[in-house]
Amino acid sequence: MLGRGAVIFASVGSMLPFERMVRWVDQWAGANPEAPVFIQIGETAYEPRHARFARILPLTEFRERLRACDLFVAHAGMGSILQALEERKQMLVLPRHRDRGEHTTDHQIDSAERFAQRPGLRVVDTIEDLHREMTGLLANPLVIDAAIADRASPELLAGVRSFLDGPRPSPAGA
Amino acid sequence: MVQPPRRMLAVASGGGHWIELLRLRPAFSGWDVAYVSTFANYATTVPGARYYIVPDASRFNKIAFFKVLAKALPIALKERPSAIVTTGSAPMLAFLVLGRLLGARTLWIDSIAQPKGISLSGRVAKRLATTVVSQWPEVARAERLPCWGAVL
Repeated sequence: MLGRGAVIFASVGSMLPFERMVRWVDQWAGANPEAPVFIQIGETAYEPRHARFARILPLTEFRERLRACDLFVAHAGMGSILQALEERKQMLVLPRHRDRGEHTTDHQIDSAERFAQRPGLRVVDTIEDLHREMTGLLANPLVIDAAIADRASPELLAGVRSFLDGPRPSPAGA
Repeated sequence: MVQPPRRMLAVASGGGHWIELLRLRPAFSGWDVAYVSTFANYATTVPGARYYIVPDASRFNKIAFFKVLAKALPIALKERPSAIVTTGSAPMLAFLVLGRLLGARTLWIDSIAQPKGISLSGRVAKRLATTVVSQWPEVARAERLPCWGAVL
């Protein structure tokens, strides 16, 4: 039995439709009317019948909804993954597939694979797994020790800084 | 005499590219930074900084490129940056072209979303930017690029 007030926030990101995810999350919302679900659907043609939705939220409102939710469901875009890690929020990831026309390449499958071992993140690929994990993670949330830092690694920051301190190049053609 | 801080542009498409760029901000301290992305509402995420938008393009092609270039040109002329830093994607290639024309140093940081190979736009950036880096050591080795670490 789900706790009352458990809130799910889902997002397909800010570009390209992701029909499969919106339909699947909306189906779960239909079967679980006690749990409020909100989906950012982007350019997806299908409009949810059970969940509340927006095409695209301003980034600050996106952040507030992410912070307030009990479970974040998203495509395997790095904006979604990074923000969930920053907010120490448990996340269910459904990668987009190129052969289904969900993205131009399969890089989301690669990203999901690389980040699958992170605490607080679980990757799914089928409707059965998605629905089971949505219910399961609300009842038994993943344990996350700490949020990631709000900044890039010290090595990358040092690299960018030394690039910026470098000499001004001569104009093209000189 | 005290020199005013040097100007730079920090530019990225909307979505993950922008989140990656925001995580680089500590490296920009001491610079006068203007930001460029593709959604007007992102201005609230860089309070106090100058913020501009250019058109986005999910299907990137020559027409889309020139539309971005037409918006990017007045920004670059107004800002006259000494350096430009970008985390992609393709529309931001326009700023690499402008950087060359205006004599600014340009840095392309290929997105962390590309763990198995450099992005198509990153491949183009190799011919345009002062420096291109990958965030994944394996990709950097295969492309003979530096890797300075990642945005997390």
